[in-house]
Amino acid sequence: MDGTSGFPANGSVAGAPADLVWPADEWEVPDWVYTDRRIYEREQERIFFGRHWNFVGLECEVPKPGDYIRSYVGEVPVVVTRDMENGFHVFENRCAHRGAEYCREYRGNTERFVCPYHNWTYDLAGDLVAVPFRRGVKGKGGMPPGFDMAEHGLRQFRVSAYRGVIFATAREDMEPIEDYLGPEIREQFDIIFDGTEQVLLGLHRNILPGNWKLYQENLKDPYHATLLHTYLTTFGLFVTSNESDILVDPVGRHSALLSRRPQGRPDVSEEDRAQIAAYREGLKLNDESVLNFVREFDSSWSGAAMTIWPNMTALRQTNILNTRLIVPRGPNELMMIWAVFGRASDDEAMTRHRLRQNNIFGPGGFLGIEDNEALKFVQDGLRRSMPRVGLALLGDDEEETDTIITERAIRAMYRYYRESMAL
Amino acid sequence: MTETATADKPREARADRTAFRDLRLEIEEFHFDYADALERGEVEQWCEFFTDDAFYCIIARDNHESGLPLGLVYCEGKGMLKDRAFALRNTEMYAPRYLNLQINNVRVHEAAGSTIRAEANYLLLETLVEEPSRIQQVGKYYDVFERVDGRLLIAERKCVYDSVVINNCLVFPV
Repeated sequence: MDGTSGFPANGSVAGAPADLVWPADEWEVPDWVYTDRRIYEREQERIFFGRHWNFVGLECEVPKPGDYIRSYVGEVPVVVTRDMENGFHVFENRCAHRGAEYCREYRGNTERFVCPYHNWTYDLAGDLVAVPFRRGVKGKGGMPPGFDMAEHGLRQFRVSAYRGVIFATAREDMEPIEDYLGPEIREQFDIIFDGTEQVLLGLHRNILPGNWKLYQENLKDPYHATLLHTYLTTFGLFVTSNESDILVDPVGRHSALLSRRPQGRPDVSEEDRAQIAAYREGLKLNDESVLNFVREFDSSWSGAAMTIWPNMTALRQTNILNTRLIVPRGPNELMMIWAVFGRASDDEAMTRHRLRQNNIFGPGGFLGIEDNEALKFVQDGLRRSMPRVGLALLGDDEEETDTIITERAIRAMYRYYRESMAL
Repeated sequence: MTETATADKPREARADRTAFRDLRLEIEEFHFDYADALERGEVEQWCEFFTDDAFYCIIARDNHESGLPLGLVYCEGKGMLKDRAFALRNTEMYAPRYLNLQINNVRVHEAAGSTIRAEANYLLLETLVEEPSRIQQVGKYYDVFERVDGRLLIAERKCVYDSVVINNCLVFPV
């Protein structure tokens, strides 16, 4: 079967709503991009099912032939499989017959998927391999004689597995993933995903009552890092004076926030002390080993927080390695699927070090709690208040890229977004 | 693994149940005090329910059953518990909330010397300002208690939660 046919074509949703007009000042972001159902539907079509590569999972989540996981392209549930020849497949989690979401497990191992309703059966590529009573019983009933199983498989996405990361697209005219990432972003991506074998440590899932783009913005916004996350400054993990750099790809959709932790504890400047309301002096952890940095990357940057448009973040922070998959669930809600991993070469001590350090991230982590709370606050404000615009004024697009007091990457994202969305 | 030992042990061991009745009552009293400390936000006091080298983790049931070790919270030793308590008290930003922690179905599986293996169900209800009360976590404790100077302390607590998809975030421990 034609692997990428059957998806709605671009333009099947009506044009941009006439009542929604972007402000004249491009540094203003209107409320309705976060709350309007028509915008949300347009995003599904033009972004997640448009000319983009969607992140769907890591190879280490399906380490053995026959392994599968539930995942998503945009809001659409999909299944990701590894076949018996170690090829990867992504297809819809919706039976071609009556539409049942047939895969109900987080993960597992199988040779085939059987929809429980009428036992239509699919192989690990999503092709239809069996339809019970296809010829009817005693010469009566059954499928029409012209029914071709090859034409009734699950809708399959084009797949690209790059350095242990699995991407899927509904489009046939996509550039290779390497070109999609672009050289600068790819260089940083290749440090996190360095080609060595990864080992899955586990997943977190959480539902966040906020628009999916807020999560992209959060990782494109270094301004909040030391203000919201006082844990970082209090315990010397990150201060505003740390060396940093912010990369944005040429079209503005991907980004990388790079930072360097000095040896030992960084100095907190007078400026920091004065500006960060919650900063407290002279504190140290009871167990400081949690913050140890075991050198493992071929990079002068100790941390990189990356966003890959439209639905992926990738992080290396000291010895924490994780990805986040952003699943939109209507304009006002997203689900986050965090995959935390280590390397096959880790010994038991290193694995435990990573597990301990992961207290910082995730929906129970010191930073994760604050991000999720702050984004909920934003969405509550957007949903319930009188309309106005949000501001992304900090920094100068033409200045050197080595300051964190900037919203440059957010502006770049919205320039690209408006182009994709024709807004 | 605690829960493997649990599964191997016949549940109809009535003689044990009678023998452990006093112990179960003692553990229930322990849970009442433990829940009370968390409900009042007394996170420093919460640390004192543990031994110095205690292991404490909160782990999603799907991870746990797949042999994936990642914890939502993963603490080795009281120092890490104290650091979490400190962060919750002093550095963390979160919306104010009421907590209600229900602990029940306590069962004692084994008591050997000063070590006791037990389990319990737990239910954490959370209520934010002007929002309906909601279930934040439902799960099971797999516990190892140690008796130190006559007082029960947790040497190991694995909180395995069924509510895999977390409602925004888990602020306080369970």
